[in-house]
Amino acid sequence: MESPLWSATPSRCALDVEGVWKYYGDFPALREINLQVATGSTVALLGRNGAGKTTLLRILAGLSKPTQGKVSVKGADARQESTRRRIGVLGHGIALYDELSAIENLLLFARLYGVPQPVKRSDEMLERTGLDRVRDGLVREFSRGMRQRLAVARVFLHDPDLLLLDEPFTALDDRAIAVLHSMLAETHRRGGTVVMSTHQLREALELATHVVLIQRGQIAFAGERRQEMLDDVGWLYRTYGDN
Amino acid sequence: MREKIMYLLAAAGIGLVTWTLYKVWFVLPKEANVAAYQILYFHVPAAFTAFTGFFTALALSGFYLGTGNLRYDALAAGVVEVALAFASINLITGMIWARYAWGIWWTWDARLTSMLTCWLIYAGYLILRRAIDEPTQRARLSAFLAILGCVDVAFVYKSIEWFRTQHPSPVLSIRSGGGMGPGMEAPIYWNWLAMLCLGTVLVIIRMRQEEISRAIDSLRRLAHAY
Amino acid sequence: MTFLRQSLAIAAKDLRSEIRTKEALNASLAFAVVIFLLFSFAFDPANLNIDVNDYAGGLLWLAFAFAGALALNRSFARELQNDCLDALVASPAAPGVLFLGKALANFALLLAVEIVSLAVFSVLYDVRLRAQLGWIVLVMFLTTWAITVIGTAFSALTVNLRMRELMLPILTYPFLIPALLAAILLTADLFAGKPISAGNAIWLRVLVAFDVIFSLLSVVFIDIVLVG
Repeated sequence: MESPLWSATPSRCALDVEGVWKYYGDFPALREINLQVATGSTVALLGRNGAGKTTLLRILAGLSKPTQGKVSVKGADARQESTRRRIGVLGHGIALYDELSAIENLLLFARLYGVPQPVKRSDEMLERTGLDRVRDGLVREFSRGMRQRLAVARVFLHDPDLLLLDEPFTALDDRAIAVLHSMLAETHRRGGTVVMSTHQLREALELATHVVLIQRGQIAFAGERRQEMLDDVGWLYRTYGDN
Repeated sequence: MREKIMYLLAAAGIGLVTWTLYKVWFVLPKEANVAAYQILYFHVPAAFTAFTGFFTALALSGFYLGTGNLRYDALAAGVVEVALAFASINLITGMIWARYAWGIWWTWDARLTSMLTCWLIYAGYLILRRAIDEPTQRARLSAFLAILGCVDVAFVYKSIEWFRTQHPSPVLSIRSGGGMGPGMEAPIYWNWLAMLCLGTVLVIIRMRQEEISRAIDSLRRLAHAY
Repeated sequence: MTFLRQSLAIAAKDLRSEIRTKEALNASLAFAVVIFLLFSFAFDPANLNIDVNDYAGGLLWLAFAFAGALALNRSFARELQNDCLDALVASPAAPGVLFLGKALANFALLLAVEIVSLAVFSVLYDVRLRAQLGWIVLVMFLTTWAITVIGTAFSALTVNLRMRELMLPILTYPFLIPALLAAILLTADLFAGKPISAGNAIWLRVLVAFDVIFSLLSVVFIDIVLVG
């Protein structure tokens, strides 16, 4: 499988994955993953269920350690505290506490991420996601859409320059997706990097500058987004996948 | 190669046990200060072997955490199982001896109570392993428990001993009834060596089982994946 | 200092959640009182021939240990809802911070339950506390921290396992035997009005050593448990 890596000098690399293997027992969920993501790119991480997308994202997010290999974010190890401060992670769950209010949830994460002026910043984010009126409401009482928007607020709260999103469009409603789009656009404008795994090919491909296809724990394709991908969503799988 | 080692150790172990049995039964005096003291020659080495096992498991867990090699985890699991078996032997022989020496099955003797507690701690280790399907997670969590468990063993042993000096109970010991004669202590250590040999054989067998089950697990994942 | 600040933020979060629902507080307290009641049928405090102080220390700490497990189980389990645990581990907070924060919250919770239970206990079993109250409080602090450290560590250990509620007690109680033993012996003496002297000071040392060693081991090694 060819995996053309776009050229990026290490210092310009937002993400550098070197020789990463992940074993569950004797089973290799990820095999020899080599990937360099240049700063400022938006990467759509594609692949079938069980291909290894979530495993890779978890390692990038620092939730899991690779069995072999190294992951560096702007040159520093992914598990270092200073590195994690610059990473925003959105997983499948909303990662919010039902018994706390919107502002209390944001303040907790603001404190953990060392956000300067936590109250001001949290209020700012609540406003941007249209939740300022329910600032003191308990998350338990929020509608699904409100919870999702608060989750988005949490992800961008500390101004991350690397975003790791695991199937972000699956759970979000229209309003939340709109908020996410605007935040992603802003991050991209400011030179931030985004890696998102997705099944919603159309939406992701429209946003992406680069595409990575994972198959059976290995990278089947890694390169710039091409017009063929937008015209025909199945093209990538047919060309590089082995169905 | 492994087979040869196993047979060698098994032979050495059986040989030693036979020899000490001969010594204990035919050479040493029939009566001593405590009734049926002969059982001591299995009771005490079993405890030594169990503790050797617990400490070895600690070291193996450390090696696993350092290298990430699951072989060490398989070894640790095997060692704990075998150590637990010897702990059981210690407890059962202790109870039999208590029945002969004191007329009751359980005397709340300090060492027996401590061994029971250690038994529970390491039985917990095995129960934990049972509850985790994924091998790498199982290895990680077991290693954590093994580290804390071994440190706790020291606490358990000492604290129960001090408890019993303040609140005495019937003691299972040959030493309390007057010392042992010369040459009487040696079979304890020979038996300990024998048990270590036999224990190692069991560990090797158990380790092979563990590795096979890990291979099966990965095949199952492969079949269901991608 | 970030370590402490982040731990306190997490502790505050846990306590705030708990105070709002009061689920664990009420359940633990009720459980402790039920145990006192059940034990009264086994040991009959009305029987004047038996000195209550003979078994009061043991009874108290057994009740605290059992009631405590109820609260400790929820400690990491509550993070599973909404995938909060992942968000915490992915944050800059070190795993040791997560552990310490939760341990501090659990400690406060357990202590609150114990103080109220102790009051109820002293009434039900006619135990005099005033004579050695200071020492009693010290023993409570030390032992509760021991229960908290082991309970919180094992709560993290069992959080993703099928039989979590069953596994936590099975693992925790044997581990706690040295600390509970020390607490029981000290409390028995203190209830009888005897102060801590050379004779039983060793048990205080056991508690302190247990607390220090297992706190260190847990904080240092908890990342093995929390990071996959």
